[in-house]
This record gives sequence, structure tokens and C-alpha cells, in this order.
Amino acid sequence: MVSDVEQIRRVAAEVVDPEIPVLTIDDLGILREVRVDGAGHVDVDITPTYSGCPALDVIRADVARSVRDAGYPDVKVNVVLSPAWTTDWMSDIARRKLHDYGIAPPRERDAHMTLLKLAVECPLCGSAHTSEVSHFGSTPCQALLRCAGCAEPFPHFKEH
Amino acid sequence: MTAVAVDPAGVYTLRLADDCLVLSHRLGQWSSRAPTLEEDVALTNIALDLLGQGRAMYARTAELDGTWRSEDAYAYLRDERDFVNCLLVEQENGDFAATIVRQLLYSTYQLEVWRALSDSPDAQVAAIAAKAVKEVIYHLDHATQWTLRLGDGTEESHRRMQTALDHLWPYTAELFESDEVTRDLVERGQAADPERLRAAWDVSVDRVLHDATLERPSASWAPTGGRRGLHTESFGYMVAEMQHLHRAHPGASW
Ligand SMILES: [Zn+2]
Repeated sequence: MVSDVEQIRRVAAEVVDPEIPVLTIDDLGILREVRVDGAGHVDVDITPTYSGCPALDVIRADVARSVRDAGYPDVKVNVVLSPAWTTDWMSDIARRKLHDYGIAPPRERDAHMTLLKLAVECPLCGSAHTSEVSHFGSTPCQALLRCAGCAEPFPHFKEH
Repeated sequence: MTAVAVDPAGVYTLRLADDCLVLSHRLGQWSSRAPTLEEDVALTNIALDLLGQGRAMYARTAELDGTWRSEDAYAYLRDERDFVNCLLVEQENGDFAATIVRQLLYSTYQLEVWRALSDSPDAQVAAIAAKAVKEVIYHLDHATQWTLRLGDGTEESHRRMQTALDHLWPYTAELFESDEVTRDLVERGQAADPERLRAAWDVSVDRVLHDATLERPSASWAPTGGRRGLHTESFGYMVAEMQHLHRAHPGASW
């Protein structure tokens, strides 16, 4: 039998990012910790990608609802800021899902948190001949790039 | 509502929160009217980051000043004289050059402030600051790239950048003022030391201006008062615009 914490974590982990619905909050590394005390009170910690992430309030409500629906009515969703979120918490599966969705996934960083000088690959044609049009995109976590191979613009989930 | 903060820590966090909110609102005014679509998206994304940083700092301020006010109460229910943002961030957007220069001057300062506060003994402030550092690095990079392009661009773009720089420069002196609030907090490690800020800011700004072929203005007059609630003329209009909806429909939310 699974514990309450495992069960709640499983349910909360399925909540999707409203702006990139192909990713769950677990994929993104937004879901941090689940705690249950002796009286059945549940705490779920989530962390924002960016300070002003407009999706956070929706995610917060969605997590509370799904945990309640799973049979845990006494739930509180806390927003924690430390340690600061980083794309390093994104799983390989999440990166694959992003790529298949048409968003170039974040690249790996080295130990000093500086970016390796690897080109961002076009998620449409695979070409490495791409350039950044704007560091800011349709959501705080994305940049806008252009591919010289297929001439298409595409979003890039930028390293953070 | 008048400021009821007594703990200097709450006064200091309120100053930084107000900086974030006011600059965020100014940048938001570019929405749908920036020179290009990409810039529209960039300026409003920066505004969004600042709004998030400001909200977190208001939440911390509410605990420090003991009023437990909501973020909305800080943003919408205080009068002009209760805002303690610096004068630089409230200056009107002007043309794109003026907005970029304001971004360069303020982001350079803000990055140093957040870096210093990342080590604050106030764990909440340290967490907000550490997260903000990562975001403001992007803001400063954005401003730097544009400063280089426009400063070292055409005769007209250079002229506009130098004009904006000359106009906004006097407002930067206020950023490095120390008063009883900062003096007390610097000792406790809870505020960035104005003198060290100034030194780091000078080096960083001078390098960008040099590369952009812009001339660092000589110090002339140094308007001040923002941290005490004394603002420049256009600020009252901005506050009225920002608060209008909330005051017309008290308690409005969506
Ligand atoms: Zn391509």
C-alpha cells in the first residue's frame, strides 16, 4: 500500500502547466515537497519558474483541487522561493516532451552554471543553424529563435 | 493611508518593492506600442519579472512593518506621498532611447542590490533576492545590447541616447544616498552598502557607455526625495492611472 505522501505526490505531479500543457509541474521541477502531519493536514510546496510567472496562481489552485479530490480536504499549497528554480531540475523526459511539442529544450550547464557553447537545435528540422531573435518570448521562460535551415521561427525554453 | 513602518527593515524592503512596482508599471505602458513586436514582448516580460519581485517584497514588508497588509493594499490604496521608490524609475518612458537608458541605469543598480541581499540574514529577503538576480541579469543584458546598438549606431540614434542619458543622469545620485535606514541596516547585513554599490555601478555603467561611444555626463544637480515620498510631477498621474480601476471598484479581483 502506498503512503499518503506518495499518493498525494502522485496526484499533484499530474497537474499540468497551463501555458505549456505538454509538461506537468513535476516535469518542470515546480513541485517540490509534500508533507502530511498526524492530523491529516497536507502541505504541498511549489516554486515559481520566474518571480512573476502568471501561471503560478492557476497551478496553485489546480494542485489544491486535485489533492482535495483525491480525498485530502485539508490541504495548503505553499510557494517557496529557495532554492531558486533552475532548468537543471527538468528531467530528460520533460526535455523530450518539449522538443516533440515544438519547443527547443533548455541545454545543459556545466558545473559553473555557465552555458556550454552549443547551438540550440531547431525542433522542427534539427538544424543547428539557428539564431536568437529575442531573448523574451510568449511566456517568461521562453525565448524566440529563428532557423536558417527551414526558415521557421520557434520557441526555446531558455536555460535559467 | 500613511506609512506606519517602524522597523527600518520594513522601510527598506518597501523602497525596493516600490521601485519594482513603479518601473513595472512604466514598462507596462509600452504594451502594444513598442517599436517592434519583439520589443513589446521583451519590455512587458521584464515588467512581469519586476511585478513578481515587487509582490514578494510587499509580502515581506507586510510582516516587517507589522501591518499584514495585502499586496493590493500597497499597490492600490496608498497615496502618492506614501510611495518611497527612487525618482529614476518613475521618470516617463519618453522615446525608446530614454526607456533603454533608464533600464541600463536602474538594472545595473538593482542587480548589485539583489546580489548583496542574497546574503541577507533575513532568509526570506535572501530567497527573493537570489531568485531576482537571475532575472535582472537578463534585464541588464537587454539594456546593454540596445545601448551598444543605439549608442554606436546612426547619428540620430546616438543623439537620442546621449540626450536621454543627459536627462536621466541626475536622478542616479539618489540611488546611492545613505540615511538612518540604510546606515542601521548595512551594519546588520540587511541592506546593500551605498558606497560599495556606487563603486560597482560606476565600473559597470562606464564600461557600457564607453563601448557604446556615449559620454558619461558630468554631475550637475542631484534631485532627491523619492525615498521620503517626495516625487516628480508625472508620478501623481501614473499613480492615478495605476489605481483607478481598484479605487472605482473597491476590492475588485479577477
Ligand atoms: Zn529548422
